[in-house]
Amino acid sequence: MLRRHFLAIAATFLFISAGVSALAQDKSIVVASTTSTQDSGLFEHILPLFKEKTGIEVKVVAQGTGQALDTGRRGDADVVFVHAKAQEEEFVEEGYGVKRFDVMYNDFVLVGPKEDPAGVAGTDDIAAAFQAIRDKQTPFVSRGDKSGTHSAELRLWKEAGIDISADKGPWYREIGQGMGAALNTASSMNGYVLSDRGTWLSFKNRGDLEIVVEGDKRLFNQYGVILVNPEKHPSVKAELGQAFIDWLVSPEGQEAIAAYKVDGQQLFFPNAGQDPS
Amino acid sequence: MNAWQLIASGDATLFAIVRLSLMVSLSAVAIAAVIGLPLGALLALTRFPGRAALIVLLNGFMGLPPVVVGLSVYLLLSRSGPLGGWGLLFTPLAMVIAQSLLVLPIIAALTRQTIEDLWSEYRDELTAVGVGPWGRVATLLWDGRFSLTTALLAGFGRAAAEVGTVMIVGGNIDGFTRTMTTAIALETSKGNLPLALGLGIILIGLILAVNAAAWGVRAWSEQRTG
Amino acid sequence: MMRDTLSDLPLVLDRVSMRAGATTMLDQVSLTIGPGAPTLVIGPNGSGKTSLLRLCMGLDAPSEGTVTWGGRRESRQTRRALLFQKPVMLRRSVAENVAYGLARAGCPRHRRAARTEELLDRVGLLELADRPARRLSGGEQQRVALARALAREPEILLLDEPTASLDPAATRHVESIVQMAAHSGTKIVMASHDLGQVRRLAGEVVFMVRGRVREQANARDFFDRPSTPEAAAFVRGDLVL
Repeated sequence: MLRRHFLAIAATFLFISAGVSALAQDKSIVVASTTSTQDSGLFEHILPLFKEKTGIEVKVVAQGTGQALDTGRRGDADVVFVHAKAQEEEFVEEGYGVKRFDVMYNDFVLVGPKEDPAGVAGTDDIAAAFQAIRDKQTPFVSRGDKSGTHSAELRLWKEAGIDISADKGPWYREIGQGMGAALNTASSMNGYVLSDRGTWLSFKNRGDLEIVVEGDKRLFNQYGVILVNPEKHPSVKAELGQAFIDWLVSPEGQEAIAAYKVDGQQLFFPNAGQDPS
Repeated sequence: MNAWQLIASGDATLFAIVRLSLMVSLSAVAIAAVIGLPLGALLALTRFPGRAALIVLLNGFMGLPPVVVGLSVYLLLSRSGPLGGWGLLFTPLAMVIAQSLLVLPIIAALTRQTIEDLWSEYRDELTAVGVGPWGRVATLLWDGRFSLTTALLAGFGRAAAEVGTVMIVGGNIDGFTRTMTTAIALETSKGNLPLALGLGIILIGLILAVNAAAWGVRAWSEQRTG
Repeated sequence: MMRDTLSDLPLVLDRVSMRAGATTMLDQVSLTIGPGAPTLVIGPNGSGKTSLLRLCMGLDAPSEGTVTWGGRRESRQTRRALLFQKPVMLRRSVAENVAYGLARAGCPRHRRAARTEELLDRVGLLELADRPARRLSGGEQQRVALARALAREPEILLLDEPTASLDPAATRHVESIVQMAAHSGTKIVMASHDLGQVRRLAGEVVFMVRGRVREQANARDFFDRPSTPEAAAFVRGDLVL
């Protein structure tokens, strides 16, 4: 009686290990990237093209930029693909990354309720808009997760002459979550939120939200890609990772990025090699 | 696209996600059962100093926060962690390990309770026929199998429904470590609430189906052996 | 079946006491049980019959005094079997309950099916072999327990009021199985407070009152010439407290 059970258990384990090993393909890399690129659907568009050409499977772990860089620092990713230039350069300087490449950009937009309680709609001065929100104490949702978007938001507060860590009140909601979660929160509380345009365009649960401020050059959002340094972490698949980076910045990869559209709108603008850093 | 259309179209991605979810959670329950059933039974049958504290600990760990388990396993399996050399982070196996840890206390604690009750009934008979410790464990586990199914199902429910550990150690990688729960979290963050809810309903359906199957087997087998 | 070459008989209790907290279950009991016709342990409830049988089985250790089997302090339990007043039925089929006893007694796997059938036939339960044991009636359960005990081919079969809660038909069934076992050489030690049963089965009587052995005698002598007033009262059917 018991023997039959041991057989069943043994069979289960065989089944599991077979399944797991079937899933574990060798020619694959892990890319730590941001929630904004994942939530926008870009990867689902470009990765199949890359795989078709090279046979390399790219596994994307979507995190905030800060966490993604940290994943790279720990050696748990082969490539990081993020959007916070200052942090990225620091990452390379510390020796965790080999070299940073510009890949593409889009821009941030300030999203807010249609009735616009802070009265900022239509302006293209993001600093003025931030000041108005602070002055009127209208709800503002902050990512609060050290992501690229969060760093951009903190930079914008500073440029508006506001020390947000000192000035924040109950109107300023730090949620510590991804872009999508921040948009959901803003949608449900009718607040303002800084979003990358890509995530906003592919976001479905807009409620009463719409873009209130866009077009300020301070809202520029540059994405970069870095190979994790194999000298720090020998487990890094440098060759495959570099192949991915090379493809991203190649004309072919750049075209693939440009070709990704949601509702006819292009989300990301390739600019590899145009903004040398 | 909503969930019903997904099901109706027999979507391959959805099918793969469902399969992975089931495989990860069932494997975790299987591993936790292999360790937790004998462990719970031994704990029910033996007396040693600190036993009470261990039982309290085990019962408390039934409510182990998934995020904490996920984070611990993450730090262990990270390339910079002690087991980094295994290269398991962001793989289904890592999710299985983390969920096993999550489920183990549930199975062990419920097993201990069940076996202790059964033991008070069987003690005289088994002692009288001179059954050794391992024989007792085997006999009690077998005879308690109907009640223990509930322990396994509780473990499965916990594993299948949680998102904290699989998100952290699996990374929610499309086509590789994306499970029902992380897919739901992702669709929610994309603002695609109808699809997220649809996936949620499918997940609940799956859990119900597994429970119904277990109930059926139990009823059928109980009919035969009491 | 493996048989120990050494005998467990005589079973000797030497000034044995049994206490749990302030309660004394057995008080300085000395008793020798040898081979032969069934020994019936009788006495009112609480007189220590159950404690005595558990000691004889080796299930409990005495608080004072010694128990020896064939002169040995330690003896393998496979030579003995104990039937409880309320049988413990494993959550398995009738046949599996008996097979469990066989497995515990060291019966090799390939012989178990045949032996199970044999034993179930002996207790008249062959047609119920595949039924869940816990769904049987009390009398049937006691017969399953008997088959499981006999699976051990015990030299001593201890029975603790096995028919206390059974109706006459079921009681007769159990008694006939016990008698069969006795005829085939198994030493029966059985607790009972049913005088009729004692008359039907006993070769020897051990009469207990309040944790002490008041009388140990040949059954006929016990009934014809009880040597203590309590025994006389018990034999008459008076209430003995």
